Amino acid sequence: MSLSETLDAPADEIAPAASKPLLSVNQLTRVYGSRIGCADVSFDLWPGEVLAIVGESGSGKTTLLNCISSRMTPTCGTVHYRMRDGASADIYKMAEAERRYLMRTDWGFVHQNPIDGLRMTVSAGANVGERLMAVGNRHYGNIRNTAIEWLSRVEIGEDRVDDQPRTFSGGMRQRLQIARNLVTEPRLVFMDEPTGGLDVSVQARLLDLLRGLVSDLGLAVVVVTHDLAVARLLSDRMIVMKEGRVIEAGLTDRVLDDPRAPYTQLLVSSILQV
Amino acid sequence: MMNTLLVASEVKKTFIMHMRGGVELPVVANVSFSLKAGACAVLGGPSGVGKSSILKMLYGNYGCDSGQILVSHHGRHVDIASADPRLVLEIRRDTIGYVSQFLRAVPRVSALDVAAEPLMIRGVAQEAAHKRARDLFAELNLPEKLWSLPPATFSGGEQQRVNIARGFITDHPILLLDEPTASLDAANREVVIDLIARKKADGAALLGIFHDHDVRHAVADDVIDVSGFAAGKSAA
Repeated sequence: MSLSETLDAPADEIAPAASKPLLSVNQLTRVYGSRIGCADVSFDLWPGEVLAIVGESGSGKTTLLNCISSRMTPTCGTVHYRMRDGASADIYKMAEAERRYLMRTDWGFVHQNPIDGLRMTVSAGANVGERLMAVGNRHYGNIRNTAIEWLSRVEIGEDRVDDQPRTFSGGMRQRLQIARNLVTEPRLVFMDEPTGGLDVSVQARLLDLLRGLVSDLGLAVVVVTHDLAVARLLSDRMIVMKEGRVIEAGLTDRVLDDPRAPYTQLLVSSILQV
Repeated sequence: MMNTLLVASEVKKTFIMHMRGGVELPVVANVSFSLKAGACAVLGGPSGVGKSSILKMLYGNYGCDSGQILVSHHGRHVDIASADPRLVLEIRRDTIGYVSQFLRAVPRVSALDVAAEPLMIRGVAQEAAHKRARDLFAELNLPEKLWSLPPATFSGGEQQRVNIARGFITDHPILLLDEPTASLDAANREVVIDLIARKKADGAALLGIFHDHDVRHAVADDVIDVSGFAAGKSAA
């Protein structure tokens, strides 16, 4: 008797678990002269899925993030994105204006340093409202109310709406940057070391907030981090990079608890236990 | 005739420790057994024989070198040993539950949210999920003043009860239990024995590791001796 006959369920191929990928990265390579930034990276990302890209400094993870988010042109390879109408588009074959519109509306990008993602000399409310205006909102009252609502979702009080982010702490700035990115209800958000440079207690609060927002909004996220604890907390799947190449990939807890590649074993065994 | 919900067949696992010159650590080989609806099987054998590793492979937390782990999932059967990450997550959401030996506490997340999460990711409203979690906490005698606190500072036994509530809150057809009673007092062990009996009555298939003799005696329908799967034995 075959194995399948001993189970009562009918024999079947493994069903593709719903829908099509939101993002398909295929053999993406970026070289700087003769030096490799990232080489031959392929993966799919589905709606609502969080993928962590981990590796040490210089492993090519930020280059990869920039290449898939259209901030840096890859040397070769393709990035396809499933638009809201269901059509799949090659982001490097889009018109510049179309790509910019996509980045302002359907995508978000959270930088490690909030200064890179915020306008420091306009108010917190305006930082959030600006993205709404970019998608055509014109009613001042509505924009302000939506901004206040989003600031409260990231735990910034209404009394700070008119203050400039210059006057905010690092943790608040990062939460403001997140609100600015999420206000247009993007489907895909890229994050580059979102908790880097923050105190651990501030990190914990931010991670908790991100976890909640990602699951409430059903966001797909590509998050770059060198912190394996951040990857474990936030991601479903992870990719381990070294010298620009993917060393190991898979379910996050499988990669962390049963690492196969020598380099992944080194990374996991290097974590300090508290 | 009882339904078979899971079949493990010739599963093999070896750790290769690259940090120690590539030394091979055989864990288990030729692991073959099946789990039936409405019954609790127990993994037996001394410490270090690979019982937890078997549970972790069944949950997709450890990879397998070879073999198959077929699970009845959404009316079809799928092989966890070769399933892609998305399918493993779907199986965990809907088919296989797991009570780990230790709780992995997340900063700032309350015990109530920890326990309710498996229901909420299946789309149950927060209010209903919290109610179910409160019922389980009460049954497990977890002091009410702890419910809204993050479990990081709880005692071992308190954390274990949060973990048990999290594992038992859903109606997953298969439930894996890694020493769920290890840090519990006699009264709470009785509660867990009762929870297991109710799961069996509901038709779930359970597989557990229980070092406590009384608990094992009370819940086991079948004992799977893991020493028989010791990797060395089949190497010839």
